[in-house]
Amino acid sequence: MTAGSDQSAIGTASTPAPERPWRRFLSNFVENKVAVGALVFFLMTFLLAILAPWISPQDPFDLIQINIMDNRLSPGSPAMDGYVYWLGTDDQGRDMLSAIFYGLRISLFVGGTSIVISLVLGAFFGLIAAYFGGRVDSLIMRIVDIQLSFPAILVAVILISIMGRGVDKVIIAIVVAKWAYFARTIRSTAMVECNKEYIEAAIGLAISRLRVISLHLLPNSVAPLIVVAAIQTAHAISLEATLSFLGIGLPITQPSLGLLIANGFEYMLSGKYWISFYPGLALMVTIVSINIVGDHLRDVLNPRRQQ
Amino acid sequence: MTEGIIRRLMQCIGVLLLMSLLVFFGVYAIGDPMAVLIHPQADQIQIAEASKRLGLDRPVWEQYFVYLANLFRGDFGTSFVYNEPSLKVILQRLPATFELVLCSFVIAIFVGIPLGLFAGLRPQTASSRLIMSGSIFGFSVPSFWIGLMLIMVFAVEMGWLPSGGRGPTSRYFGIDLSLFSLDGLKHLILPAVNLGLVLLATVIRLTQSGTREVLTMDYIKFVRAKGLSNRRILRVHVLRNVLIPVVTILGLEFGNLIAFSVVTESVFAWPGIGKMLINSINNLDRPVVVAYLLLVVVIFTVSNLVVDILCSVLDPRIAITKSKA
Repeated sequence: MTAGSDQSAIGTASTPAPERPWRRFLSNFVENKVAVGALVFFLMTFLLAILAPWISPQDPFDLIQINIMDNRLSPGSPAMDGYVYWLGTDDQGRDMLSAIFYGLRISLFVGGTSIVISLVLGAFFGLIAAYFGGRVDSLIMRIVDIQLSFPAILVAVILISIMGRGVDKVIIAIVVAKWAYFARTIRSTAMVECNKEYIEAAIGLAISRLRVISLHLLPNSVAPLIVVAAIQTAHAISLEATLSFLGIGLPITQPSLGLLIANGFEYMLSGKYWISFYPGLALMVTIVSINIVGDHLRDVLNPRRQQ
Repeated sequence: MTEGIIRRLMQCIGVLLLMSLLVFFGVYAIGDPMAVLIHPQADQIQIAEASKRLGLDRPVWEQYFVYLANLFRGDFGTSFVYNEPSLKVILQRLPATFELVLCSFVIAIFVGIPLGLFAGLRPQTASSRLIMSGSIFGFSVPSFWIGLMLIMVFAVEMGWLPSGGRGPTSRYFGIDLSLFSLDGLKHLILPAVNLGLVLLATVIRLTQSGTREVLTMDYIKFVRAKGLSNRRILRVHVLRNVLIPVVTILGLEFGNLIAFSVVTESVFAWPGIGKMLINSINNLDRPVVVAYLLLVVVIFTVSNLVVDILCSVLDPRIAITKSKA
């Protein structure tokens, strides 16, 4: 963000109308209609996930509301009591629409939580590597390099095969697979910042290391992480869905979108496509919209673009 | 350069030792395989006998050193479930996975490079934009979901191709392959397309950006001015320069495809090592899981090393000393 504010300061000197970096960022962002559409789409799925308990026609966890006689109904068919299942029902007679809302909730929760934790961890190690340099730096970056040479799915499968399945374990697996991306990104920005005068000045003023790192270095190096976080969130959701689909992710009591898809897989071959098709559609829309937003964010936040 | 290679090899061995330690002790903590292996009505004596036979009654660290010593003799332990050497269990299933990975490579190369070249040469046309936005989908949509959709469309709705499994295999040079029969190929198409999609998207994007970059270079202007035919410019001057990064990525992606075959093989019930891994994790078949993970790490480190050596041979400016495992 410093790059932006520096330039707007120059901008105020030369042009009459002052332009705030935030405002410029917004106007650049809305230029791309596809990205704005994707953002709206993502916010909608996010809202659906949060509001799931209030807007779902049926609570998929409440056995009283579920009628086993309604099992595997095709989309649009009426229930025994007259209610219409717009997206059909699964093998237990659960309404797919409600299951998808709740599934979105679980998928977004697991993906979001693991990315927040990996961001914090990655930022911590990345900043330490950049600030102290030397041995600390080469040790941390060696670990990062080794880890990034293996694909995330392999790292996650190794960890899950060690720890077993469960919400906390999937989150740990994703964090271990993803923190290195954040560490590497913030390290490269922070190394540039470390050579600037204000850090030198802060060190010269004998401010404590912790203060220099957390109040001066961190806020000025954090911008590129936004893009990485957006794209990695999509990856994390996809990774969780893949693990759950393989039967080594979330437990059956936490039916995320991946588990819903796995649940319908055996019925797909007999033509009952909706049990896994619609959850997969929801997953795809979520992931693709996050990716498009992240991709466009990268273009907008790219400092070279502003020159 | 030789020094660099030796240093890299040492590093690989270090990573492998670390992995064996991590995986062994980690997998040790998964659970008690006795619970799965032994009949629920077995008494204490029978359980004790069975643990002794499998060496599970000794302390963990002792088990590890015995394991490590056996590794150097090529003995990866005996599978609890199949009651065969785990290396044999894996090697039996390896040809199926390699066959799948090979076909994905072929698809990615022979579809990806022409499409990328086209999109790079005519970036403004509608079909180029379609190719490029399609490649974003290839990246971002989870591959197991694409696999399901392929099954839904081509196997269930159209009925053109089988939904899973491997076709009839025949033995060539002691390896079972299904490449050379029509039915075998039919079984191969969907999983290979599914596995190759991410690589295809990568190849398209790399070729496209490479082509656009190379076209702005002075030497292209120069050969144009010399009056060479478009065909020759494309084949000799553009394609050669574009291919260097593509070849690098193809090498690096080899291990990735092996890792991703876990997903594709599970979707298409392909009897390779990926599906075996998932089964073994669920069966708590420790020796097979450990052997698989070590094998994949070996494949990874070796293919990364080979790519690095190739790169420094192709382009002497790239030094081999500083790089990842």
